[in-house]
Amino acid sequence: MKNSHIPFSSKILDTIIHKDLKNPYIPFPSEILEVIKHTEKEYTFRMEFKGKCKPGQFFEVSMPKYGEAPISISGIGKNYVDLTIRKVGRVTDEVFEHYAGQTLLLRGPYGNGFDTDLYADGETVVVAGGTGVSPVRGVIEALSNMPNAKDKYVIAGFKSPSDMLFRDDLKRWADKLNLILTVDGAPEGYEGNIGLVTKYVADLPLRDPANCKAVVVGPPPMMRFTIIELQKKGFKDENITVSYERKMCCGLGKCGHCRVNDKYICLDGPVFNYIEAKEMMD
Amino acid sequence: MGYVLSNDGFEQVVQALSDKYRLFAPVRKKGMGRFTDIDVIMYDEVNHADEIELAQKSDYSFKEFLTPLSETLFYFTESQCREAELPDKPVLIFLRSCDMHAVRRLDQIYLDNGPEKDWFYLRRRNLVKFALIGCTESFENCFCASMGANKTEDGYEFSVELSDDGVRCDVAEASLEKLFQANALRPETFSPAFVTENKVKVEIPKKVPASILKDPLWDEYTTRCINCGRCNFVCPTCTCYTMQDVFYTDNGKVGERRRVGGSCMVDGYTNVAGGGQYRRTNGERMRFKVLHKIVDYRKRFGYDMCVGCGRCDDVCPEYISYTNIIKKVFDASADENKEVSDK
Repeated sequence: MKNSHIPFSSKILDTIIHKDLKNPYIPFPSEILEVIKHTEKEYTFRMEFKGKCKPGQFFEVSMPKYGEAPISISGIGKNYVDLTIRKVGRVTDEVFEHYAGQTLLLRGPYGNGFDTDLYADGETVVVAGGTGVSPVRGVIEALSNMPNAKDKYVIAGFKSPSDMLFRDDLKRWADKLNLILTVDGAPEGYEGNIGLVTKYVADLPLRDPANCKAVVVGPPPMMRFTIIELQKKGFKDENITVSYERKMCCGLGKCGHCRVNDKYICLDGPVFNYIEAKEMMD
Repeated sequence: MGYVLSNDGFEQVVQALSDKYRLFAPVRKKGMGRFTDIDVIMYDEVNHADEIELAQKSDYSFKEFLTPLSETLFYFTESQCREAELPDKPVLIFLRSCDMHAVRRLDQIYLDNGPEKDWFYLRRRNLVKFALIGCTESFENCFCASMGANKTEDGYEFSVELSDDGVRCDVAEASLEKLFQANALRPETFSPAFVTENKVKVEIPKKVPASILKDPLWDEYTTRCINCGRCNFVCPTCTCYTMQDVFYTDNGKVGERRRVGGSCMVDGYTNVAGGGQYRRTNGERMRFKVLHKIVDYRKRFGYDMCVGCGRCDDVCPEYISYTNIIKKVFDASADENKEVSDK
């Protein structure tokens, strides 16, 4: 085969900093402002970020040479976003080697996120399990600051007392709204609630379940059974919102991994109204 | 304008074109097929006319230039990150009508699904022009006519198909007229050959019932399919990829980010950190793939994803017939479509 001279296009970037905004795959460096340790496996990384974002959206967190992982936003401040990361994968293991003052590489935010205004009026229930609390932390925070916080209920479930996330927040929220904190199992002598979140849905003292709004986020079986309980209680499908976790390699609607039927979780979700979500099957 | 060229004349044309373009075309690789003494036809860079396989359908599609099986996106060196280079010589791809229709599907996902265009696809796509290979006959398992992908009327620089004297070409790009004219035996007015009927025919259900997701028809594929993913890799419309970072064993400070072809049939496609997985059985994966090609993609974009090239049926080591699955889906949707036509 004739090997003709091939001129190469040179696009050398001297640093990873966005010089060319057109390539959405180039991550930007973000300083770790603070590391908050919840459990041995779960830390919140407070990352410098000044752009617009909403609770329920996510970032692709990049560790060059290890890969990228989608991590949902667990808190939003003036100059920062919180990313609560669980040490369960190749990328996230590596992220845990980083400390305040160092940087991580991010892309995003991606996805639609929660519209907290939807939950301003009337009664609202948030049911969240495990790391599912992360994407709704911003929603709970908003609820706790609403004048009618007495009408807002949060059921947060964790595997065991040592798996609890956002302990300080949980204490604050308990003072402002109706928080039901439960664990699947606990060592003897534990004084809090023990049992699945579904058990506590049935007991919610709601005035008007037919018009109450619900947000459900957690592992797939927990979501399925929680929705069944909500429906039994008289919740309407259109008042239920869910958020889904899927594998995502791009966050841009290209890689295909997060597709369910005709929906791309990264573009159309991860937050869905249940009317839409109930038609979706993996 | 159309021209008849001798094989030598066509060689002159290809030689001239290869100065301006990198030429990618189906190439017959002797004895490199899946079985002993079986050839494989796959895409490769060519410089001579006789390297181009014009008589047979290729086993693998043209997409390997636009979406390579493995493509380096970035190189990492300590704190530096550099975008991988791409030769900027224009590219001319020889392909058949079904594959021309597949280009639109690739464009749809990479350039028009979501607000961002795919940078790495776009920089390749911008280099590419097409030469249409006319289909003088339908090949085994082709069902392009059923999918409306049998005919291509524009989007190509010129067409080429075998004829008694060598080849004949329909030149659409005016700037190429001179080159063809100079090397032609004679001008001849014609349109590129296309297939009007295939032996294999399918009917795509206009509507499928929600129950199709749980229909027992998928169960047999849980045991028959070996989730090797070959159907995805030969499909000209499959676009999924997986990000992959590697670092070099000789120097751990240096590495790269690649994207590699993804397959919804292969293990790991849906795995999330912590062990979560969504479609565990091969039957569920088959449903996911087939319904994407004929239902879900259409719901989102308004036209079917499948172009009817039949390569998935050609390649399946378990002799699973995708067209047969479409027929089963059609039958299972009979009631639904009856209601539609009654309205």
